Amino acid sequence: MALLKSSKIISTVGVHPPLGVLSIRASSWWSEVQMGPPDPILGVSEAYKRDTNPKKMNLGVGAYRDDQGKPYVLSCVRKAEAQIAAKKLDKEYLAIGGLGDFTKACAKLALGDDNEVIKSGRNITVQTISGTGSLRIGANFLSRFHTEARDVYLPKPSWGNHTPIFRDAGMQLKAYTYYDPKTCGFDFQGALNDISKIPEKSVIMLHACAHNPTGVDPRPEQWKEIANLVKKRNLLVFFDMAYQGFASGDIDRDAWAVRYFIEQGHNIVLSQSFAKNMGLYGERVGGFTVVCKDAEEAKRVESQLKILIRPIYSNPPMNGARIAATILNTPDLYKEWLGEVHGMANRIITMRELLVANLKKEGSTQNWQHVIDQIGMFCFTGLKPEQVARLTKEFSVYMTKDGRISMAGVTSGNVGYLAQGIHAVTK
Amino acid sequence: MSLFGEVPQATPVAVFKLSNDFKEDPNPKKVNLGVGAYRTDEGQPWVLPVVKKVEKIIVEDNSLNHEYLPILGLPEFRSSASKIALGEDSPAIQENRVGAVQCLGGTGALKMGAEFLRRWYNGNDNTKTPVYVSAPTWENHNAVFANAGFEDVRPYKYWDAEKRGLDLDGFLGDLESAPKHSIFVLHACAHNPTGTDPTHVEWMQVAEVMKRRKLFVFFDSAYQGFASGCLDKDAWAVRYFVTQGFEMFCAQSFSKNFGLYNERVGNLTIVARDSDNLKRVLSQMEKIVRVTWSNPPSQGARLVAITLNTPELFAEWLTAGSGTPGTHTTHTADRHSFTGLNPKQVQYMIKERSIYLMASGRINMCGLTTKNIDYVAESIHETVVNVQ
Repeated sequence: MALLKSSKIISTVGVHPPLGVLSIRASSWWSEVQMGPPDPILGVSEAYKRDTNPKKMNLGVGAYRDDQGKPYVLSCVRKAEAQIAAKKLDKEYLAIGGLGDFTKACAKLALGDDNEVIKSGRNITVQTISGTGSLRIGANFLSRFHTEARDVYLPKPSWGNHTPIFRDAGMQLKAYTYYDPKTCGFDFQGALNDISKIPEKSVIMLHACAHNPTGVDPRPEQWKEIANLVKKRNLLVFFDMAYQGFASGDIDRDAWAVRYFIEQGHNIVLSQSFAKNMGLYGERVGGFTVVCKDAEEAKRVESQLKILIRPIYSNPPMNGARIAATILNTPDLYKEWLGEVHGMANRIITMRELLVANLKKEGSTQNWQHVIDQIGMFCFTGLKPEQVARLTKEFSVYMTKDGRISMAGVTSGNVGYLAQGIHAVTK
Repeated sequence: MSLFGEVPQATPVAVFKLSNDFKEDPNPKKVNLGVGAYRTDEGQPWVLPVVKKVEKIIVEDNSLNHEYLPILGLPEFRSSASKIALGEDSPAIQENRVGAVQCLGGTGALKMGAEFLRRWYNGNDNTKTPVYVSAPTWENHNAVFANAGFEDVRPYKYWDAEKRGLDLDGFLGDLESAPKHSIFVLHACAHNPTGTDPTHVEWMQVAEVMKRRKLFVFFDSAYQGFASGCLDKDAWAVRYFVTQGFEMFCAQSFSKNFGLYNERVGNLTIVARDSDNLKRVLSQMEKIVRVTWSNPPSQGARLVAITLNTPELFAEWLTAGSGTPGTHTTHTADRHSFTGLNPKQVQYMIKERSIYLMASGRINMCGLTTKNIDYVAESIHETVVNVQ
């Protein structure tokens, strides 16, 4: 068979390769490449797609759905797109650091319009490939320039992709206590205990709001104590803010911790994503900010960030950044956006309440208060891996093994079915 | 005390600094022959009419949304992009041993390929495997491979400055003396920066040595359609290597041939021995993508996929592919050209004549228009007369 194929090629090309080519065809460069395991989060969606059960539910990846279970393109996004299309802009390369109109607005959104940091020019904000790209640039930057410490402390648990990103960038991963499985809430004392032992100058990762995967956020008084302790320990703070607006429905409230830390003198690094709060998932819109000592340092840091970005992808994609910039910089679109984010957050809060009400209706005697207390897109149900497996196998409800569900995938139409399933595996 | 007190100021990336300096130059006669982006005869950036058409289609289609693409990208983009490189009727495609990863531009495709090779090519740690790039080459090649962890990035002879052409003997010599399994980055067409490509016979000689010495073929195809004006002609080398049975990578960029520079549309085409090897390779590519950008941007890929997969739009793109609106459809000049000006002469051109070109003497032919060509020609003349 192989011989026949290669003679066909020979006659097509008109060249007669030496017989040696046949033995080369037998071996491969890639024989030793192992099959990589499916991504734990994105793999869930793929399994869901293959399922033929009409009642199936995808509670895996955190992408917002409306009450019909459909992806939701924000109205302000459609308007911004129409405005942009009418302008007939060119497609010239962006600067390595991205679209200026976007990066400025991105920093203002996180830090507040009047923030002293922005006014003094001591932040550098670059456009990145959404949250992942931002974290990766940050990790690369720390790996290259934060040579005093190699350790990054993540909350336990954290977003599954944090660990491989930092590891691939050459950092070492450690953890601090965060989630209390007994209460399905925040283990404040446990966190303080662990943080107090972190070696000076280590990097500590904090989720700005809507902690992923648990949905458990510290209260403001708790944030204050954490900020104080982190300062005492002289740690470098890396904030991951992927859900600004999505947690409480209020942009400023969700950025409170970030702004507080800066006020307290922490020169943080910050990753932002517009995947969820603007529904721009596939457009890959994000920002990475370094708060520096002064504008001069910011310039040096900026030059180094560019050196890191160039050999990865040269410069970032325009489309999403242009949409985000248009929304952030156009007053009535901005106002509309705030309303839509509020609406999305509210729908999720309503679903939480409905889920608990339905569980009670099913006759569940478990304590489900945490479903309501947790905040943002995700809920850490407290389900164990075996229960999760049953929920998937018997009810076609797809979620990650850690018991995390994306509330965004819950609708008034399927919340009853979900409650049935959860009750069935937990009674 | 700042954690970043010791961070040194980095030298700016040359080609973008050049564009920046050009922007700030008040001289009305200024000319930018730096960055490789197409320009109309008025010196303006140009969006292809077919791109505008498809953008309109996308904006008006309410059934489309902004959901995440799969990790490896938009499937219809990946497969149609690979067909562009390898040919619709490529036996490798028919044998199900061609796969692809949608990436952020040609840079992103090179990056993904480099990261994969470092981890999986010849054992699990290829940090010491030599990577050869042409002398000269696109300046970012070095950084892409170095940042992917390759410690030994070396030049292979390519440009003969004296005879102003390909140094074939030098090239073949370096292929013969390279350690076995070395990785070679080959420019599929329209070599950047020299504009000089091997002939078919010369490519055949290169392939023969590479096969015999088990060297890895990594094509960089950033200008398919731009060199000769014909997609198939420009892909001859890539396709020839496929027929020779190589397993190889081809990093494709759609920045230039679609004019989609800022949407970052690229594709890493992978030709493997068989579909089983391909499957495993793609699964590992996913892991690398996931820790770099998770999944690629949708707009540009969608645009290209719709164009390539819709016959009338594809035809429209082919005729625009030569790049010049309304004029000739074949284009013999290569995109870049090496003027032969030395660094001092280049500086003179920039400072005295406001003509911006790379320190290497490379000019982007697309920066020349009927309106500035006389000024540029005079300037080159004045420069070589006054500066040695």
